[in-house]
Amino acid sequence: MDWQPLWLTFRLATITSLILLVLALPLAYWLAFGKFRARGIVEAVIGMPLVLPPSVIGFYLLLAFSPSYSFGAFIEKVFGLRLVFSFPGLVIASVLYSLPFMVYPIRAGLQSLPASLREASYTLGKSERETFFRILLPNCKPAVLTAFVLTFAHTVGEFGVVLMIGGNIPGVTKVASVAIYNEVEALNYAAANQYALVLFAITFVILLIVYSINNNLLRVRQSS
Amino acid sequence: MSDNLLDINIRHSLHTAHGTLPMEVVFTLKQGNILAVTGPSGAGKTTLLKQIAGLINPQSGKITFDGQVWFDDTTKKSFPPQLRNTGFVFQDYALFPHFTVEENLSFALQKEDDKSIVTELLEATGLTQLAGRKPFQLSGGQQQRVALARALVRKPRLLLLDEPFAALDYAMRYSLQALLLKFRQQFRFSIIIVTHDIGELFRLADQVIVMDHGKIEKAGTPAELFIQENTSTQDFIIHGEVLACTKQNNQLHVSALIENKIRMLTLPLHFETELIPGNNFTLHYPLDSAQIRLITPS
Repeated sequence: MDWQPLWLTFRLATITSLILLVLALPLAYWLAFGKFRARGIVEAVIGMPLVLPPSVIGFYLLLAFSPSYSFGAFIEKVFGLRLVFSFPGLVIASVLYSLPFMVYPIRAGLQSLPASLREASYTLGKSERETFFRILLPNCKPAVLTAFVLTFAHTVGEFGVVLMIGGNIPGVTKVASVAIYNEVEALNYAAANQYALVLFAITFVILLIVYSINNNLLRVRQSS
Repeated sequence: MSDNLLDINIRHSLHTAHGTLPMEVVFTLKQGNILAVTGPSGAGKTTLLKQIAGLINPQSGKITFDGQVWFDDTTKKSFPPQLRNTGFVFQDYALFPHFTVEENLSFALQKEDDKSIVTELLEATGLTQLAGRKPFQLSGGQQQRVALARALVRKPRLLLLDEPFAALDYAMRYSLQALLLKFRQQFRFSIIIVTHDIGELFRLADQVIVMDHGKIEKAGTPAELFIQENTSTQDFIIHGEVLACTKQNNQLHVSALIENKIRMLTLPLHFETELIPGNNFTLHYPLDSAQIRLITPS
């Protein structure tokens, strides 16, 4: 079996999840507590990947990334990066595609904390930033863990967007889900099954670990 | 230095279960005094405390603390809560669940602060033995003591307490009220306390304001508000806690804890909905009529 597509899949999922964690923390905080009017618009935009067919997102990203259009040309000129049919392009697409899976659970976690925790921290002289990192974040660990794993799993399961903007270049954009599709197209069911089984097993184990950890955390909380 | 510590003159829109109410509060807290704020729930008492602490900005008006402007809508000035140096004890205590008792206290320290205050406060509140415990391993009274000690770490000049002792039994309440008064002597702060407990109000407060629907209904000393009004008719006032109720012959027989003794009261049946076991009550027996009134079921 060629392990490269699997290795590529998990590399993509790890990088995407880490980037999203950094992006989603301030975004989730802002959505949870910020005072602004455009909240509905921002929420709608973030939530689009949940309902849109991946091919729609893939199609527009393909247009945007293509060097024949202004954004793609700009990126290529300034950063020397070509985003279509490349790994960096896949990472950016995955970040957009999985954004709601990271932002929403963290926002929900933050909102479920009693407001008095934040307020107490402020009256004890602590800034918003310090309150966020020392009080709010440690108390919504289950939410952050869930968000991270959902994002990771969602990226592992990505297919349509990858196919649209990444294509099928071995070692560059050919991730496991695409490899399975190729093998099935070639009527090579045994190979497809090997990839599928590995994805199946790993995804199951990851989710199992997360839910066990979260249940334990919840039990500790409830016993109080 | 003027005698007035805190001058408040604010207007706000109060969002309650019954819609939006205009809130308007004007009062002055004297240096070193204890002010009790009482009134039915939804009257705006907690909102008022949070406005003083800087957690909520009033829509208009002015708050001045010892000559320093904390809030003024005309100059768009709002002093952030971090700099107001008020101690706030929340109704739900708001202890940080992931910190131990000691960490909850030392979180309040600023870099340059002397750490010995934490040890001192742990000792004074009898929490030294529990310093390594997490909040969920503590009883309600212990949690309350942590919240109080934590609010004092920064040596605030004004302590804001939002129904701090409401969830505690009488004995615990007495001992914490005594502790609070002891701390006040030691640290010399002024206090604004929201309370429903008339006994507490008498034990602690120099000034009282009664709020309802966002406005101050009455203000004065506890005696002026709750005794003089009633002494003219030589009424009886009984505070207690309902333990059990039974109905018999169209009357309500209430077993109640009154001044630490269990008493039996026989009352008209219509009190049934308010006198529920576990509730505190204040009964008003006007001697010139047979009408018994319930003043403040909490």
